[in-house]
Amino acid sequence: MGATTVLLVDDEKEFVDTLAERISIRSLCPHVAYSGEQALEMIDATVPDVMVLDLKMPGMGGTDVLARVKVSHPEISIIILTGHGDAKDRILVEGMGASGYFQKPVDIDRLVAKIQALV
Amino acid sequence: MSIVEKLKPVFLEYPATGEGRYKYTFNYRKIWQMVIMLTAAVTLIPLIIITCIDYNVTQRSIESEISLRARRTASNTKRAISFFLSERKAALDFIIHDNARKALTDMDRLSTILKNLQAGFGGFMDIGVINDHGIQVAYSGTHNLGGKDYSDQAWFNKVVARGVYISEVFLGFRNKPHLVIAVKSQLDQGAFYVLRATIDTDQFNEILSSLELNGKGDVFLINRNQVIQTPSRHHGDVLSLVDIPVPEYSDRTRVKVFQDQKMEQYVVGYAYIPDTDFILMIVKQKAALMKSWYATRSNLIGFLLISITVILGVIVFVTTYLVNQMFFSDRKRAKAMHRIEYDNKLATVGRLAAGVAHEINNPLAIINEKAGLIKDIFVFREKYSADDKLMGLVDSVISSVARCGTITKRLLNFARHMDESFQVVEIGTVIREVLGFLGKEAEYRSIEISVEVPNSFPKIECDRGKLQQVLLNIVNNAFFAIESEGKLSIQVKQRDEKYLTVTISDSGCGIPEKELELIFEPFFTKKSDQGGTGLGLSITYQLVEEAGGCIKVKSEVGVGTSFIVNLPFKPKPRKEANTCESF
Repeated sequence: MGATTVLLVDDEKEFVDTLAERISIRSLCPHVAYSGEQALEMIDATVPDVMVLDLKMPGMGGTDVLARVKVSHPEISIIILTGHGDAKDRILVEGMGASGYFQKPVDIDRLVAKIQALV
Repeated sequence: MSIVEKLKPVFLEYPATGEGRYKYTFNYRKIWQMVIMLTAAVTLIPLIIITCIDYNVTQRSIESEISLRARRTASNTKRAISFFLSERKAALDFIIHDNARKALTDMDRLSTILKNLQAGFGGFMDIGVINDHGIQVAYSGTHNLGGKDYSDQAWFNKVVARGVYISEVFLGFRNKPHLVIAVKSQLDQGAFYVLRATIDTDQFNEILSSLELNGKGDVFLINRNQVIQTPSRHHGDVLSLVDIPVPEYSDRTRVKVFQDQKMEQYVVGYAYIPDTDFILMIVKQKAALMKSWYATRSNLIGFLLISITVILGVIVFVTTYLVNQMFFSDRKRAKAMHRIEYDNKLATVGRLAAGVAHEINNPLAIINEKAGLIKDIFVFREKYSADDKLMGLVDSVISSVARCGTITKRLLNFARHMDESFQVVEIGTVIREVLGFLGKEAEYRSIEISVEVPNSFPKIECDRGKLQQVLLNIVNNAFFAIESEGKLSIQVKQRDEKYLTVTISDSGCGIPEKELELIFEPFFTKKSDQGGTGLGLSITYQLVEEAGGCIKVKSEVGVGTSFIVNLPFKPKPRKEANTCESF
């Protein structure tokens, strides 16, 4: 089996690109989507091992993406990484099947550890 | 606490215009005084006026009653005395006209007449006949007065002029009080003779002494020269001067009030007895007469005083009670207003904080990742990893970002009400957990911590996380205030059935009075240079209020600060108003 593929979904281009670069330094294989819609398209093409998903995005929001992916590809582990979430959101998304929940700004090592733990 | 302090209404303690946290709508002291004064005036003034009127009317009617009685007695007695005298005068008149002059000058006949008079009337001492030269030509009686010349005496001239004469009482040479009645019989050609009789005053006195008089009454006769004619009980001996001035002449019975030298008042009923020099005096002591009035008067005044006391008592009690109620409800209202105001403020600040936090969080995340990437590059490419200065710079950026992250997280937490999950916890355990976080720091700064929780203290139902946060915030502030080697004590007590009280006292620098009002305001901080957001106590306040508790702070500069937190044993339902009162 090759490197763990991680799909990073965030509308903040600057943020998500940097995050992808840092993850690739840590021997993971990141893919980047800048919107929910784009993420769903990419999943149809290649199924990633883990998905790191922002909640608040223009267009399709993180929770919608989460709900759809959980139906179409239940095998993908999904970690929520958001700048606005609170305890309520956390309970909500965990109920929907999210495997992890982080708030921005995040410690990269904790995020990577979580991803590796899920594979 | 003394009884006076207990009864003293609370509102009297408060200044007229409220300053600070609770502003009072009314000046309670003034309202209280006004109501008491108005009610007292409206009730007492008519009462006093009515009593005064009644007092005067009663006094006047009693006085007129007294005067009326004195006049009646005087006029009855006057009639009796006039009758007594005119009876004797008429008898002599009859004798002088019934007997011829010859018969009267006959000694035997005269002594028979005297005897008859003594038997019929009594009191006649002697009788004599005097001719028109004033010589007593015949005499019968105890003294041998035959041949005595009366021509130069005043009474003789009077009887000659008037035809009849009644003398004053005098001692004479008999040395016994008596009076003289003389009548004249006119003969032809201007000649005349006079029949003169002496009467002792015993019978006379009897008429007067038989009168029963109330009010230390006294009845006697005086002449117009103020000389007492008949025995008096209180006003001097017979033939001495009376201590009451001669009242002015009147042909009718009259009543006057006199005052003697001892300032004692007398009611005097008097009457001038016609055809004589006598004045009948009925003298009563006013004080004795008014005795019944004095009793009535003291009843009246006593009743008035008791009524006034009772009315005033009721007015003061009721007014105090009502104003106190008003004060309490106003205070409750002020508190509720304050709570609403504070909640609104918190909500506004919360929205603002959340907006700022959201906006800042994204760029912050980017900085974090960029700096992280730089660090990654340094570490993984090994080109710069030996450069401590660069690594230090990057680490500093990352730690600053982390600090900003904590602040934005706190701001976000402040803005929203997190979901509550209630657990049954032991307060002692929670306190120890909180102190556990800070144990190292306490040890390092040698702060002495004491925790007092009563044995088998009832467990409380609350959100454990929030309780921890509340305690942590307060303890954190206490640590900040304490220089090294200070003291921190946490005391848990049961306040009543519903509430427990946690008192957290430190021996720190204290908070100036000006700032006490502000410490729960959001963004008020004294630690801005050390990363304080000014939200800690604000959040604490909010959490305690949400839980249905209340928080109060007492502080003295240089001595220390105490936070007193009242918490309910059971959390209040969300929609219910907070009824906790910290004072």
